[in-house]
Amino acid sequence: MVEFLHNNLAYLINGISVGGQYALIAIGYTMVYGILRLINFAHGDVFMIAGLMVVYMSTVLPMWLTIVLTLIMTAVLGFFIERIAYRPLRSAPRMSVMISAIGVSYLLQNCALYFTGGLAQSFPSISFLTKPVNIWGTSVIMAKVITPFLTLILIFLLLFLIKKTKIGMAMRAVSKDFETSQLMGIRINLVISVTFIIGCLLAAIGSILYFTCYPSVQPTSGGMPGLKAFVAAVFGGIGSIPGAVIGAFIIGICENIIKGGASIFGIQTNGWTTFSDAFSFALLIVILMIKPTGLFGEKSTDKV
Amino acid sequence: MLKITDLHVSYGGIKALRGINIEVPDGKIVTLIGANGAGKSTMLRTICSLVKADSGSINFDGQEMLGQPIYSILEAGIAMVPEGRKVFADMTVLENLKIGAYLRKDSAEIQKDIEWVYSLFPRLKERHWQLAGTLSGGEQQMLAVGRALMSRPKFLMMDEPSLGLAPIVVQDIFKIIRTINDQGVTVLLIEQNANMALKIADLAYVLETGQITRFGTGAELLADESIKEAYLGKAQANA
Repeated sequence: MVEFLHNNLAYLINGISVGGQYALIAIGYTMVYGILRLINFAHGDVFMIAGLMVVYMSTVLPMWLTIVLTLIMTAVLGFFIERIAYRPLRSAPRMSVMISAIGVSYLLQNCALYFTGGLAQSFPSISFLTKPVNIWGTSVIMAKVITPFLTLILIFLLLFLIKKTKIGMAMRAVSKDFETSQLMGIRINLVISVTFIIGCLLAAIGSILYFTCYPSVQPTSGGMPGLKAFVAAVFGGIGSIPGAVIGAFIIGICENIIKGGASIFGIQTNGWTTFSDAFSFALLIVILMIKPTGLFGEKSTDKV
Repeated sequence: MLKITDLHVSYGGIKALRGINIEVPDGKIVTLIGANGAGKSTMLRTICSLVKADSGSINFDGQEMLGQPIYSILEAGIAMVPEGRKVFADMTVLENLKIGAYLRKDSAEIQKDIEWVYSLFPRLKERHWQLAGTLSGGEQQMLAVGRALMSRPKFLMMDEPSLGLAPIVVQDIFKIIRTINDQGVTVLLIEQNANMALKIADLAYVLETGQITRFGTGAELLADESIKEAYLGKAQANA
């Protein structure tokens, strides 16, 4: 065990860090699903747009301001996506909203394509996050070390908000019953806007951490992490925040251990690196077959 | 207090209400009886703005309510206990009460009102930490009423509070309605259990396929032969 840890420490740290990044995106999927029963396909692209915002703004603005503005503008983007593409379809069949979400996804990707000219934009190095740190003889960048901690802090804040505050109580009520919530005086549109803003804010933080670990941002960069986070949300039980977070960490860690080529339970995974993505999706298929509601999913997926 | 004039509502292409005129005087219990599908629920839902009306007027304390958003209706002092109770099953009893006071900001007063609701329903106090979904049907109905009271309504609408409850529990619920009314809350009650409703009501309306066909005091309608035949039937014999 110790030997396994020692040999794979870099992959493990990587996995935990990637897991944290997936978790930050997965929360956006799971919260929106919890309230609107909508898979927000545009979420991965919002994540990518946040990355591009950093790229473009950092060329003219100091880094701290770039980060602050990116967080704000991504939240605003989320607000407007909901306002323009989803709210008018509030009483439409769920399928229509989903198609609208796919439309927004393509719109964002194509806007990104237009602005970047299809070229990969190199992500600026945020000196604080790219600083190397030494952990038990393995050198990793700061972003990877702080990601899991930052993720956990944000999740505790979020759970506090949902369990203990008035708006959190309203979110829980709206996720169960639109009509009765309205009878309590809750403005459901406001609650839904807040949900999108929180989801996008977390995605923006995830985006900064994620792209710091990679050289560049492309219009399609949101696709894979978005999908992985979605798988994590389904794995944990879509609609459940703790579920999404645990799912994200499991997927992040497994995928990186596989990349490490370690022997797991006596099975040599050497040369399986190419299959690390396939692992996530195989997991999705298995989960949907064995336990469609995921680890912590609600028993009834349909809303009355 | 509440005056509805020539209210027309259509629901999924069907005319559910066709020219309703109703008046609910201050401090009274008024009931609306009628068969399934007569439009009773639609009427309550229209008053609290869950359903949009085609035309007409709903006047509450001199203010026009039609077309106002749901939360303004609540702010004006109209609360509703929805059909089927609709408590938030995975919130505690206390949270359910707190969410009833969602629009209020006076936390000291809210605390007082929680105590008031507990005094009306001592059972809720015993179970304040329990998830609402684990309560019995009668307790959930009490919670639904308590939750509605938490907005401090002047006017309380109840949609079939006796639905699916044991007769003895129904008795309790009706006693509570009386108590609430004695404390100054005007009540508009919809019931299929016409016998109980007419006994408690000061005034009663009979709704048939979207129109008011009869009107009188509770006692008058209770004694009326045609009403007996149409709505009381066995219920009368059992009482």
